[in-house]
Amino acid sequence: MSHNPQLTTHNRDIILKAENISKQYRLGVVGTGTLTHDLNRWWHRIRGKEDPYLKIGETNDRTTKGESDYVWALQDINFEVERGEVLGIIGKNGAGKSTLLKILSKVTAPTTGTIKSRGRIASLLEVGTGFNGELTGRENVYLNGAILGMTKKEITAKLDEIIDFSGCERYIDTPVKRYSSGMTVRLAFAVAAFLEPEILVIDEVLAVGDAEFQKKAIGKMQDISKGEGRTVLFVSHNMAAVKSLCTRGIVLEHGKVVFEGGIENAVSYYLSGSNVGSLSSKKFDNEFDKEIFRLNEISLKGENENRVIAEDTVIDLVTDITFKSEDAHRYHLTYHLYNELGEAMFSFHHSFDDSVILKKGENLISCKFPKHFFQPGNFSLSLFVVEDKKSFVFSESDIITFTVVDGKRDLGVYMGREPGSIKPQFEWSLKN
Amino acid sequence: MEQTDKYEEDWLFEITPKNRFFSFNLKEVWQYRDLLLLFVKRDVVTVYKQTVLGPLWYLIQPLFTSITFTIIFNTVAGIETGTVPPFLFNLAGITVWNYFTACLNGTSNTFASNAGIFGKVYFPRLIVPLSVVISNLLKFGIQFFIFIAFYLYFYCSGAAISLNPLVLFFPFLVVMMGILGLGLGMIISSLVTKYRDFSYLIGFGVQLLMYLSAVVYPMALISEKMPKYAWLIHYNPLAYIIETARYLLLDIGQISIPGLAYTFVLIILLFFIGLLIFNRTEKNFIDTV
Repeated sequence: MSHNPQLTTHNRDIILKAENISKQYRLGVVGTGTLTHDLNRWWHRIRGKEDPYLKIGETNDRTTKGESDYVWALQDINFEVERGEVLGIIGKNGAGKSTLLKILSKVTAPTTGTIKSRGRIASLLEVGTGFNGELTGRENVYLNGAILGMTKKEITAKLDEIIDFSGCERYIDTPVKRYSSGMTVRLAFAVAAFLEPEILVIDEVLAVGDAEFQKKAIGKMQDISKGEGRTVLFVSHNMAAVKSLCTRGIVLEHGKVVFEGGIENAVSYYLSGSNVGSLSSKKFDNEFDKEIFRLNEISLKGENENRVIAEDTVIDLVTDITFKSEDAHRYHLTYHLYNELGEAMFSFHHSFDDSVILKKGENLISCKFPKHFFQPGNFSLSLFVVEDKKSFVFSESDIITFTVVDGKRDLGVYMGREPGSIKPQFEWSLKN
Repeated sequence: MEQTDKYEEDWLFEITPKNRFFSFNLKEVWQYRDLLLLFVKRDVVTVYKQTVLGPLWYLIQPLFTSITFTIIFNTVAGIETGTVPPFLFNLAGITVWNYFTACLNGTSNTFASNAGIFGKVYFPRLIVPLSVVISNLLKFGIQFFIFIAFYLYFYCSGAAISLNPLVLFFPFLVVMMGILGLGLGMIISSLVTKYRDFSYLIGFGVQLLMYLSAVVYPMALISEKMPKYAWLIHYNPLAYIIETARYLLLDIGQISIPGLAYTFVLIILLFFIGLLIFNRTEKNFIDTV
């Protein structure tokens, strides 16, 4: 991902590095089919050949019916994590987040690729792992702590703190099967929170527990990452938690990293992807086939031809519209721009100097926004087709949405977000 | 430049698709020794929770099995046990045999029954079968205690029984039994992860194996009565262990040094094969379990 690896290693303290991680899963049930495959695989191996089933496999899209029995839950994942960083891993269900965490926490091995680490990794994939209902809370603290890699001595040293943090003091000598589910989670989280690995992997712990405890848990995790300088990999569907905890994020989609960057942008990217489906290009079949015109496509492209539009690219808004009548010149296109909060930013149209006159047949109308015009965020456009600059004959709100993400900024400049949604460039000059 | 390279290489560990052939990571197992003890404690403490008789169940099972065997094999079928009371003869065999089956059954389920926890957190998987073998050792201790009690009872009531002076080697025998159970268990547990067929095989296989392991008869009896099929028993390492156990405890039967040597080599071999297969399986079993 980095453009200059040499520079990277000098300037950044990389604690964890994933290189070309892929994970293949077999679908369907285990039966005679798997036995034949196993035998075939074994036969290839003893002849020194490559695993025949590694070549096949499809992108993991659960909604479409695939051809192959094998899917890639993860494909060529590369990323680096700096010491003390809290990396959010976001993505829809089935995007491969949990698989990635499982590989990171050594629960399962990658099919290909390596993960290199400079610190111990402890995982908190689901709290309460290994709790035994018959044992008391105190015994379970020891057992769970040991499962997570602590020694008895370490646990004893922290026992009081753990019990205090969990708020289960009264029940600590009662078997855990008598606990409410909330209490179990609190106790389990307390154990995990007092772990001392260099890298902590956390998956969806905040889904449970009441508001007060969630607040406490987030606070504790902030302490872990900020105060104690530990590295955290955090997976959650709670965007607020992700935003408030993480510094950087990667977005997974169908097992691939589709976005990597600041957490605000990662979340915007993820949200825009999941809410509105298509991002920056929309084809219309017959939805807007009107008497006067037919709307074919609206697209927004950055210069980089990426599906991501970065703030530091010229953005080209192209409207593909076919007019059916000779008097096409009477019509004008007007767009209204809204930010992600639904606030209208401004309206714009191509008719103010009459340099663009629409004609009969297909019109490809381009509107270019200069670099750095948009601030990173989500935007949506509403389209109006106006007749004789008087009244509109067609209107469609939110006809297309798009996301502008952080571009590359010079090292040393302000990396945060400036207020507002747009950053128009005006003519500045020195008058004296 | 050189410094960069050095830093590049300076990783604490790597996660790779497959374990290296002989990387057993025993150091890691040692780091998790507290977990091993806690698992043993958990197994011992929780087994008979919410039962009235509690650990007494440990005693009831071998006692009743011995009584049944004594009635069927000695009273009805008429197997001779020499001067040793048949009940004590059977109890000795069953106690040792039970340790083996407990180890085998416990460890052969390692992956399947711990999938939940293995699927969420990493620790050296070997800890689990090891804890099974150790906690069963405690169970064996309790059962052995009842054997001693009956031994004393029969001794005091005048039965012609005596310890063999070599009885000091008995603990080695128990350890061998444990390692054999562990080795076979690890092999089977690895196979069970993908193909459950093996867990059914183990179910009745162990029962049948008992009859081939000289638990209810002296080894000499088979050679005498069924010389054609005696090789089945003579190739069975379990038969040597049980026969030797009775030789040490009751001074009955024979001790075969070549047999024991064969057993020893086989056990070590099975153990290492088990360790190897287990090691290969532990990385990916969660995908197929």
